[in-house]
Amino acid sequence: MSSSVLYDAPGPKARMRNRIYSVIGTAAIIGLAVVVVMRLADRGHFESEVWNTFNYSNVRETIRDGILTTLKVFALAGVLSLVLGVLLAVARASDHRPVRWLATGFIELFRAIPLLITIYALWVLFLTYKGDLGAIGENNGFWALVLGLAVYNGAVQAEVLRAGFNAVPRGQVEAAYALGLRKSQVMTMLLLPQAVRSMLPTIISQLVVTLKDTSLGYIITYSELLYAGRQLANTTLVNGQYIYVPVIMVVGTIYVAMCLALSALATWIEKRGRRTKTGIAVAAAAEPAEAPGVLDPAAVPAPAAAAGETGDAPLAAPAREAEGPKAAEGPKGPEGDTGEPRGDSDGPVGKSN
Amino acid sequence: MKFRKTAAAAAVVAALSLTATACGGEEGTAGDKPKDPTGGKNAPKLPTYDVKSGVKVDSAVLKKAQKAGKIVIGAKDDQPYLGFKDSAGKRSGFDIEIAKMVAADLGFKPDQIEFKTIDSGVRETTISKGDVDLYVGTYTINDERKKQVGFAGPYLVAGADLLVREDEKDITGPDSVKGKKVCSIVGSTPLQEIKKSKYGAETVELAKYSECVQQLINKEVDAVTTDDAILKGYAAQQPKALKVVGKPFTKEPYGIGMSKNDKALRDAVADAVEAHQKNGDYKKAYDATLGLSGSEFTEPPALERY
Amino acid sequence: MRIAVRTGAGAPCPTTAAHEDIPVNVLLDHLAEFREGFIGTVWLTVASSVLALLLGVVLAGFRVSPVPPLRFFGAAWVTLFRNTPLTLLFLTIWFAVPQVFDFGFDPWTKALIVLSVYTSSFVCEAVRSGINTVPLGQAEAARSIGMTFFQTLGSIVLPQAVRTVLPPLSSIFIALTKNSAIAGAFSVTELFGWQKVLSDQGFAIAWLFLWVALGYLVITFTISGLFRLLERSLEVAR
Repeated sequence: MSSSVLYDAPGPKARMRNRIYSVIGTAAIIGLAVVVVMRLADRGHFESEVWNTFNYSNVRETIRDGILTTLKVFALAGVLSLVLGVLLAVARASDHRPVRWLATGFIELFRAIPLLITIYALWVLFLTYKGDLGAIGENNGFWALVLGLAVYNGAVQAEVLRAGFNAVPRGQVEAAYALGLRKSQVMTMLLLPQAVRSMLPTIISQLVVTLKDTSLGYIITYSELLYAGRQLANTTLVNGQYIYVPVIMVVGTIYVAMCLALSALATWIEKRGRRTKTGIAVAAAAEPAEAPGVLDPAAVPAPAAAAGETGDAPLAAPAREAEGPKAAEGPKGPEGDTGEPRGDSDGPVGKSN
Repeated sequence: MKFRKTAAAAAVVAALSLTATACGGEEGTAGDKPKDPTGGKNAPKLPTYDVKSGVKVDSAVLKKAQKAGKIVIGAKDDQPYLGFKDSAGKRSGFDIEIAKMVAADLGFKPDQIEFKTIDSGVRETTISKGDVDLYVGTYTINDERKKQVGFAGPYLVAGADLLVREDEKDITGPDSVKGKKVCSIVGSTPLQEIKKSKYGAETVELAKYSECVQQLINKEVDAVTTDDAILKGYAAQQPKALKVVGKPFTKEPYGIGMSKNDKALRDAVADAVEAHQKNGDYKKAYDATLGLSGSEFTEPPALERY
Repeated sequence: MRIAVRTGAGAPCPTTAAHEDIPVNVLLDHLAEFREGFIGTVWLTVASSVLALLLGVVLAGFRVSPVPPLRFFGAAWVTLFRNTPLTLLFLTIWFAVPQVFDFGFDPWTKALIVLSVYTSSFVCEAVRSGINTVPLGQAEAARSIGMTFFQTLGSIVLPQAVRTVLPPLSSIFIALTKNSAIAGAFSVTELFGWQKVLSDQGFAIAWLFLWVALGYLVITFTISGLFRLLERSLEVAR
């Protein structure tokens, strides 16, 4: 049942050793946890007065409103960033030079500027034209945060999708043109669906980043979860201490839970997607999933794609660039792809079409 | 199957935190209850202000506010006894009182004031773009700021001072902080001052005063520096743990910020402050807020009109 | 450092215009602080990149290792730090960690630790997906000629993974550069804090942001340029 190719299935001795390591490791972690808890208790962070803070209805409401605000900002920013990402990625793969340049410029600019500055600049802009913007002007903080997140993450998602386009075997595109498909058809029926599927893990982890980055709203004093928590800690004094430690614990747990739920959703979608498709790679890939993170399914797609398999191959392809197929070929035939422009960052995808 | 478990757990935690925060709970304000130094008997009462009616000032900002039926005032929310918002959402402090008395003279009842928390870094932006009509929050008048906003005031002159632990003996003023760790807000004027090499202090810069105070309590830093008015508020919150050194080393005239070119409003606000200083409301408000921190009442500075 | 000087001096410098509101003057008048902030950002970015890279590779090794507790540790690390906002981690090391351990780190070290730990979880995932792209046959062949886990990983798999890992690493380090701005609120001298100091004195914030953004553009473009060079040189080496 060994799931990894990196080492042999453990024999009796190794199993024994692993068991001992496990015991030691577990003991160490538990020991550390005990020390942490005891030290914190020593300093009075587990006193009932301290935690009683969270029994007050207004404190609860503050936290609840924080969660809801964060989710609202994230939902809108997430959707907008995906839409923008698709638009930008398609524009960057365009045959028309000005369109391509515009998209490239947009992506490069907003990827390079710290999000804090983008959000702030948008906010100032919205404040300036408050009167003319209607709803946006009224809720300027909200929209500045949403659009700032959408612009930045849209630029990143566009790059992710572009890597996905690159991962689709060239033969497919050529075949599609040979069949008489138009450019738009190639894009919508061939490149986009495969790119989205192959890049899904990265797309989702970028969504997790989007969720976490809602906390940057502090720069415009927008009261999302973290800001609300900080405010609570800054103004609540219990037993002569500000309640930073409890607030960090509570808010941290909520953030991790929200992000994990999102990642789990992604994993679920990915697995579902894989199940419905017929793919030779799948059978082999299913096995390792049990062992956490050992040569995940992606190990399989690579050779499959190298062998010219269908586009399902790079399903769980590498994080960003999905150069899996090429890298896979590399070691076998060093001269194999010398003619290709490798770095995804150099040439626009459109070139190959 | 592993991920399902984490997924389920995560979803449960997320849902729990939502439901747990959704309903019920005790009423009131969380945290230590403020102690009354006078023992509760002669506790100074906050004054109430007579709201003027039919106020007519040739000011675009004010006309807009009158039409909307409310005035938006920017304030701080984390400075006890000065500009503070407790966990129940109630605002208190001297700056808040100043805002109320000015609003009253402009024709706004307390419930017609919409307070908005505005951090130091975005004051000029929010004021000059009209996001707030007035700003009252330890706002030092200086020339660079005057290029962007208008000021009425000063209504109070504060000065940079040092907050130390009650048992501190070494630090007696700005001249004795050599080699000590002094905490303040990123970019604040007292910080710029104490950074000068003649003081020889090691500085720590955080985003909020309360973060500095917590560092002081934790003995991670030896002193906190900022305007004495702010520090006295913290000392008053914990008189057994903290004290203010009491040797101000800068002058910080506090003003009420507003749109730059609205001279009519500037004059109206200055008039309002002056009137309340004369009729005694100003002193009453001081005694009931900053005065509680044990700092003496001093005669208000002369208003600067321009 | 040379870049810093060039940004300042290279900026259009209208000595004739003495008007105070000319945006360039804000920069020229506070060039020393700007340079200090710029160097601070570069230095913090470089130091935490190196540490994050080391940590990330080790963690990736953990995650594919034969020892279950190590795998668990790696997974827990990544889960925890990838799913927590950076600001919260900063608050933790400033307000919670000292309550437990009295290391007494200075602010810069705290920022270094937080940024490296946070970034290492991303590096770990990038390296791990890189490992996944190396054909199965390579590892199988290595093992069949008797290589140990460390040999297989160190001499066969990781070197081949490098090429695939470079592009995502470049984005990770660019993100790190921008994330270092958050350290400015926690007592570290860096580029974003320069703006804070001046805007508090009342300078128009739009221009301050323009200069700060340009500073970041210089750094991030340098990083992506360096990585492109690295990719190209690795290509030649093959």
